[in-house]
Order: sequence, then structure tokens, then C-alpha cells
Amino acid sequence: MEITVNGDVLTVKEDITNIEELVQELHLEKKSLIVEHNQTILKKDKHKETAISEGDKLEIVHFVGGG
Amino acid sequence: MLKVGNYTFNSRLFLGTGKYPNYDMQKQAVDVSETEVLTFSVRRMNIFDADQPNFLEKIDLEKYRFLPNTAGAKNAEEAVRIAKLADASGLCDMVKVEVIGCDKTLLPDPVETLKATETLLAEGFTVLPYTSDDVVLARKLEELGAHAIMPGASPIGSGQGIINPLNLQFIMDQANVPVIVDAGIGSPKDAAYAMELGADGVLLNTAVSGAHDPVKMAHAMKLAVEAGQLGFEAGRIAKKEYAVASSPKEGISLGK
Repeated sequence: MEITVNGDVLTVKEDITNIEELVQELHLEKKSLIVEHNQTILKKDKHKETAISEGDKLEIVHFVGGG
Repeated sequence: MLKVGNYTFNSRLFLGTGKYPNYDMQKQAVDVSETEVLTFSVRRMNIFDADQPNFLEKIDLEKYRFLPNTAGAKNAEEAVRIAKLADASGLCDMVKVEVIGCDKTLLPDPVETLKATETLLAEGFTVLPYTSDDVVLARKLEELGAHAIMPGASPIGSGQGIINPLNLQFIMDQANVPVIVDAGIGSPKDAAYAMELGADGVLLNTAVSGAHDPVKMAHAMKLAVEAGQLGFEAGRIAKKEYAVASSPKEGISLGK
């Protein structure tokens, strides 16, 4: 399955079905991050129930230093 | 005590988190500054580097209130999106609205700043807009319901200090919400001056992170903000054109 994450096309295994699994697959589950799925911003408790499908567009962002 | 929306702070110094030489030095600087508010930006994560360090992992999240900015936004719509992304972290509901209207000066776009402020207030955010030192704009932001007004002292990162104290004074005199001087502070003198003018707080970043010794400068800024605030509360003397002797003229015979 191909999805776009932060502008890059990513091929993910077919057994990755939701956002929580994708975050785990990327080994980012311990990070403070925020996911936007097809332009819908998700709170963390929605990661598990949000299904991923072919062609989805995701943004994964976090806090960085700034003034 | 500084009260912004539902939050109260003992420290009147807000500290940015950008451009420190390293996280250890940054942690020390944040500690000695005794700030209670840290600003952050929201950016894409490198999803292929699970080991990337993040400053949030270095600090006690309970000790600070986070003030994410909407830096990078060129219009109200983008600013609102960034604010909502930050909010989805569950770490904060305050936001510094920052909509840049000019890449060279990094001065804010007043129209888009107003629009973003209005939308985010309607969404229930605690909104602190970064604005130019325009007294009318500051009034309009307050009328919308902004929880604080954050006029710039001079362009972001320029370190030029307070270039128009009169405009800042006008804003402070009229405001019924806290005025936090944000951007352009270069040295402790500038921070103290802002507080003496009547600011409720100061937000700075590069003045500390870019200093030769950021930790020492963070300490200096803490003292400067406190000194300026005490000086403001104490009420300075009026300026006079000519000297007025401090010592009595009578009671001593000299030169006879």
C-alpha cells in the first residue's frame, strides 16, 4: 500500500491498518507527535480507530525550538 | 503575578526555545531564567529517525506552560491549522498567533493576524497575538478578545532593542489585557526598559540563545525583568532639565 507522509511516498506493509500501527512501524510511538490524516487533525486517542487506506496523505509533526 | 486568560505566572519572562548551541545548555538556561512559559514551533518530523532527540524530552513538562507559535504561517488559515495541530498534542491550549507578512523584516501581517485571532478565540484558544507596535491594531485585537497583546520591540532576532518606546507606551496605556513585549530584545537593558515602560512581560529568544554565554544571559534577563518591574512599581522620578543637588546646601562652611 502506498501512502504519502510529509510529502514522501511511503510503501507500507498491508498489515498496517491504522495510524497507531503506522506510528509503531516507524518506531515513533514514544515521541510527542501530532498526526494529520487527509487534512483531519487527530488527537492521540483517535490514532487506533483511524484506518489507513491506499493513497492517504499524512502529516506527522512535532514541536521544535522556536520563539 | 501575571495573569493571561485563566493562567497565572510568577515569572514575567517568557522564553523561546530556538537556536541554542545544545540541549544541555538550553536546559540550564531555562532553569536559571525561572521562566514558566516556553514557546515552540510546529514542524514536520523526520519520520525515518526514531532516535532524534527533542527538547521536550529534556524538561519536566509539569513545570511549564507551552506557548506554541504559528511561525511559518503566511495567512490566517495556515495559522489556524498550525494552532490546531499544536492543540492536538494535548500539551497546551495557548497559542502565539504569528503571521509573517514580509520575509525580509519578518513583520506581522496585521489583517491576517486579526483574522486568525478571531477564529482561534471562537475555537476556545487562549490567544496571544504577536503584532507590530500599532496602537489601533492592538486595540482591535483586544476588542476581539485576545488574552494578551504582544507587540514587537524591533524586528525578530535583530537585537535592536526598543526602537519606538512611545508606541509601546501608547499600547500599554490603553490595554486592559497584559502587554508582553515580544521580539527584538537584545540585552538585559532592553528587557528592563520594556518593564519600566509598563509592560506586563517580555518574550525573548535569540538574546539568550545567541549570547556568548546563554546560561549567564538567561540569569541576567531574569534579573532585568524583575528589576524593570520593581522600578515600574516604585515609580521613577520626573526628569528635570538642570541639576538638583542631592546634598543639603546649608550646614557646612567651606572655602573661607
